[in-house]
Amino acid sequence: MKSFVSLTLVGMARSCVRGHRSTLSLPMLLLFFSATLCFAANPVLIGSKKFTESYVLGEIAKRTLNETGISAEHRQGMGGTIILWEALRGGQIDVYPEYTGTIAQEILKTEGQLAVQEIRDALTKFGVGMTEPLGFNNTYALVMRRNEAQRLGIRTIGDLGKHPELKIGLTHEFLDRRDGWQPLRQRYSLPQLNIVGIDHALGYAALAKGSIDVKDAYSTDAKIAENDLVALADSFDFFPKYDAVFLFRTSLRDDAIAALRGVAGTLDEARMVRLNAEAERTKNYTKAANLYFQNAAGSAVTAGESFWQKLARWTLRHLELAGFSLLLSVITGIPLGILASRGGAIGNIILGFAGVMQTVPSLALLALLVPLPFFGISVRTAITALFLYGLLPIVRNTASGLQDIPRSLRESAIALGLTPAARLWRIYLPMASRSILSGIKTSAVINVGTATLAALIGAGGYGEPILSGLNLNDHVTILEGAIPAALLALIVQWSFDMLDRILIPKGLRL
Amino acid sequence: MSALVQLLAVAKRYAGAPALHPTDLSIERGKTTVLIGPSGCGKSTLLRVIIGLIPPDSGTIDFDASQITPVNIEMLRRRIGYVIQEGGLFPHLTARANILLMARHLGKSDEEMHARLLELCELTRFPENLLARYPLELSGGQRQRVSLMRALMLSPELLLLDEPLGALDPLVRASLQKDLKEIFTRLCQTALLVTHDLAEAAYFGDDIVLMNEGRIVQQGSITDLRERPANPFVSEFINAQRSVALA
Repeated sequence: MKSFVSLTLVGMARSCVRGHRSTLSLPMLLLFFSATLCFAANPVLIGSKKFTESYVLGEIAKRTLNETGISAEHRQGMGGTIILWEALRGGQIDVYPEYTGTIAQEILKTEGQLAVQEIRDALTKFGVGMTEPLGFNNTYALVMRRNEAQRLGIRTIGDLGKHPELKIGLTHEFLDRRDGWQPLRQRYSLPQLNIVGIDHALGYAALAKGSIDVKDAYSTDAKIAENDLVALADSFDFFPKYDAVFLFRTSLRDDAIAALRGVAGTLDEARMVRLNAEAERTKNYTKAANLYFQNAAGSAVTAGESFWQKLARWTLRHLELAGFSLLLSVITGIPLGILASRGGAIGNIILGFAGVMQTVPSLALLALLVPLPFFGISVRTAITALFLYGLLPIVRNTASGLQDIPRSLRESAIALGLTPAARLWRIYLPMASRSILSGIKTSAVINVGTATLAALIGAGGYGEPILSGLNLNDHVTILEGAIPAALLALIVQWSFDMLDRILIPKGLRL
Repeated sequence: MSALVQLLAVAKRYAGAPALHPTDLSIERGKTTVLIGPSGCGKSTLLRVIIGLIPPDSGTIDFDASQITPVNIEMLRRRIGYVIQEGGLFPHLTARANILLMARHLGKSDEEMHARLLELCELTRFPENLLARYPLELSGGQRQRVSLMRALMLSPELLLLDEPLGALDPLVRASLQKDLKEIFTRLCQTALLVTHDLAEAAYFGDDIVLMNEGRIVQQGSITDLRERPANPFVSEFINAQRSVALA
């Protein structure tokens, strides 16, 4: 449920991101990237959007580069158009699959249709290059259950006007797009008011169950055939062409660009639908992408990681995310709590700030940080968001633990002649230790849970299988992430209970 | 020899209402001065002003002929012992750690601290084997003995006691009163004791200071107070306490 709520928040977060089209500080990002990725020999970084086809195209790009002897890394499902585009411009990724219609409407913000060459020329000034179309047009479509459409006699988008009672569930991106819902509704004079924002993968489940009647889809989506849906005819040719292409940084090495260009014209619509269906069926994007190469090479299939290898990788990353952020929360939270315990304006400001940080939805916090310099799509962003999120319990418990010390004991410490530092260190903090530790424990458990959202910005952890499972509507994959995350939260809780016995002075536990 | 502590026109107001009117008081060396009076008469305020827990609004306090200022107060506190009603022991420290807290902070040697600790246990009749206990594992009377040891650890020139026996049951209270008086005599300790109990004041006080509504009403021996009351309040206070004692 939490994930669902979070995903519906992506739309909100994304609109915020759009507002902050700030220029990223390239030298700083490069510096940071060289630091985080020093273990790999500068692989080409491929991004993809959060839906099956983009994942598959990302895998195709990766294997294409690998077969040319170029090392490449694929950061799956990083988010929507703006996040990917900013990441590409900022140099945090080198390549990602995109569609010409999206580039014209969303990135270049032009009203009419643009020819491929016009788009390529316009992108040059951003330092971004584009391959020829890969071979299929994945345009938007509105889809309905086939039997329902037949019963109501709906064939075209315009026919929806006769049935204003239909419930429409749209992805947040489609709701916001310049070629999305608002202009579509005007073009066809649709009266519908019953609109909800819903995640793409969850939308199919909602459509199947009948909780919505119409949703947006991509025309090559394997789910259309799978769920016996029908795409409504776009009789006014409202949707522009969405030819799939790869966008890449022009600074990318020439052999990599040449390899990507080689993919152009090799993927027709039927083939793409097959690859998408394979990805949905096997729940394995690498395997689906391998289908693309089978005719050409028939070479050894890239061996995927075993489940235990993946689990180890997720666990390490999850611990890194939750651990570092907790450490930062403790290091800054306790001093802030000490300051806040003295009350006054500063105390109110500190508690107010920490409180506001926690009321910002965690996902929105992530999305707000992405466009800022130093952050972007990275582990650092996730750790920073978790750190801010975990601050409040520590600050508040430190402050209240200190304030709860009886006045007579404070005065005894003063009257003894202890210096202020000695009073804090030897008397006040040990006496508040139970409260402080319980704040840290709360913060740790929250962090372990919230860190699953880090996968939304490609930071990995247990959120990775949860997210891809959600995308594939595959419960087993979701559980592969959700169960370890829940177990980790229990272990963290239990370890802190142990720690209480060591860190809380015995005299306070009698 | 001059007084150890000399208050000159010391006054304190809380939220506009005077808690202590401009007051003069001398505390003589080697004597026990007792502050007595009804609740809210300013006796605790006076004591807390001396140790710097409350800054006075006006007036000056001299300690050993030098004026107490915010700069020297921390050093002077180490020459003053302070014991309050419930003991004020830190619950996370053992009895021993409570007693040695300040000495350790000042970096005294282990031998020196241990010797002093044994001396104090003997002086306050506190069983050594209870030193490892935490305050919550001690009785009320034992806690007050530990608190007294903590206050006496650095051999202070002045001992301030704010209703030290107020929370104890009558039997424990009587035995501790007796021990306390012996200790004062043995150490020739200069002490300022706050109480609301006239019998206790009479038992300890070389010099009794009766206060009411933020002013000193009369200062002298118990005989002075009883036989030469300065005003009707003094007689009333003494008679009220006597009738309680008889009932």
